[in-house]
Amino acid sequence: MSIFSLTLRRDLLLVIREPAQGMAVLAFFVMAASLFPIGVGPESALLRRIAPGIIWVAALLAVLLGLPRLFEADFLDGTLEQMVVGPVSLGLLVLGKIVAHWLSTGVPIVLLSPLLAIQFSLDRDSLLVMVGSLLPGTLLLSLIGAIGSALTLGLRNSGVLVTVLVLPLYVPVLVFGAGALEADLAGMDAAAHLYLLVALLALALFFAPWVTAAALRIALE
Amino acid sequence: MNRWLHFASPQRFYPLAGRLMPWLVVSAALLALAGLAIGLLIAPSDAQQGEGYRIIFVHVPASWMSMFIYLVMAFWAGVGLVLNTRLSSMMAQALAPTGAMFALLSLLTGALWGKPMWGAWWVWDARLTSELILLFLYLGFIALYSSIEDPSRADRASAVLALVGAVNVPIIYFSVKWWSTLHQGASVSLTRSPSMAVTMLWGMGIMVLAFWAYAIAVALARVRCIILEREARAEWVKYAVE
Amino acid sequence: MPWNSHWVGVADFLAMGGYASYVWISIGACALAVLIESLQLRRRHRAAARRVSQLRGEA
Repeated sequence: MSIFSLTLRRDLLLVIREPAQGMAVLAFFVMAASLFPIGVGPESALLRRIAPGIIWVAALLAVLLGLPRLFEADFLDGTLEQMVVGPVSLGLLVLGKIVAHWLSTGVPIVLLSPLLAIQFSLDRDSLLVMVGSLLPGTLLLSLIGAIGSALTLGLRNSGVLVTVLVLPLYVPVLVFGAGALEADLAGMDAAAHLYLLVALLALALFFAPWVTAAALRIALE
Repeated sequence: MNRWLHFASPQRFYPLAGRLMPWLVVSAALLALAGLAIGLLIAPSDAQQGEGYRIIFVHVPASWMSMFIYLVMAFWAGVGLVLNTRLSSMMAQALAPTGAMFALLSLLTGALWGKPMWGAWWVWDARLTSELILLFLYLGFIALYSSIEDPSRADRASAVLALVGAVNVPIIYFSVKWWSTLHQGASVSLTRSPSMAVTMLWGMGIMVLAFWAYAIAVALARVRCIILEREARAEWVKYAVE
Repeated sequence: MPWNSHWVGVADFLAMGGYASYVWISIGACALAVLIESLQLRRRHRAAARRVSQLRGEA
């Protein structure tokens, strides 16, 4: 088995054994998005109008909150150091960890998102666009976030710091992701947004694991 | 090539920077005086914006500098990362605060220009929004650098961030532009700059040169501080500071 | 174009056609930022130099 699938399986097993942390991120996603109707009022036309932005920002922040889990445990018990000095390709290993992180954070967020779509009175067609944008979008968020997570590894204020580093880089993802849903709600074609999102994803899949590996090497030296 | 590598060591660069600085400061001051004289006294007033457009003589140079400095900073950070030259990384660190300052000045003067022209201090148009995100990128770079105690790790970690940021700047700019055209209905179209008379262009060009000279002078001054702080125990430093 | 074809007086120049506060605050803010940065760098350089001479004294 390749190092990618080995890491993927190992990290997923760890998540299954300790599901509490992943649950907290999902709870945050639903709760944060549910606060907005309480804040702006229950008028469904208004809620439908702001739904794309709110659902997307909530998903983005939830992924951000889950980032520390990516490397922290392995860093603290010294496993990460073994991985870095080991003979295997660190880039592939990192990709395995990122995909595992996405499967345990991003995908559950996508699976829960229809619940929010109901809260914000979106119809069924828009729901498809929402899921279609969130699915590649959350993987993209994990890939970019991994770079920030690796750069801030083991620093005292890594929690806030990773937010400051990563949020500006998340802007294009938010623009195309929320834009897809918004275009759909406005009766326009969402395809262009989704293509751009997937193009960014291809770019990130190629570069982000490699950059993250370099950042891990710097952090662990 | 060897001549340039000669100055790549902090020891050789420190006195060189010290010798260059006065010239740069004087040229920055003279250029700024000339640019402001042309911009404020000689350039005609704009047909639509009256005298209010004269803010561009500081706004445009500040915006340009904030963008250039990020690229130059990422370049030096990258050189430092690849060639492992300390001085290049110090250069990147020295540029960041000045770049952030120009981004902030660009936003401030943009707001002061926007209020009388568009009736609002802030509008979410593509340029202002990109500039704001650029400021965030600078803040992230500075925050990361100052959170890492080991200078060598700080240099290399922030270099990775600067390079990732530099790759992202065009993507961010494109996405924000895309976003703002999508929302054209909500915001006013206000990116049209006043049609420029020749004297206006001269005034602006000279102001840009003045900002360049200032930025280089300040970066050199900051590199000198960083060299002294980091190499305080080196033998040569004892003789460099009288 | 003749030199200062539209010069009418100091008061008029300072008034900036009614945009005085916007134009002068913009230029003033840039000048202030430059001043603060220069002073801060001078202080930082002095502090660094002082530390170097302290270390020299200890040695």
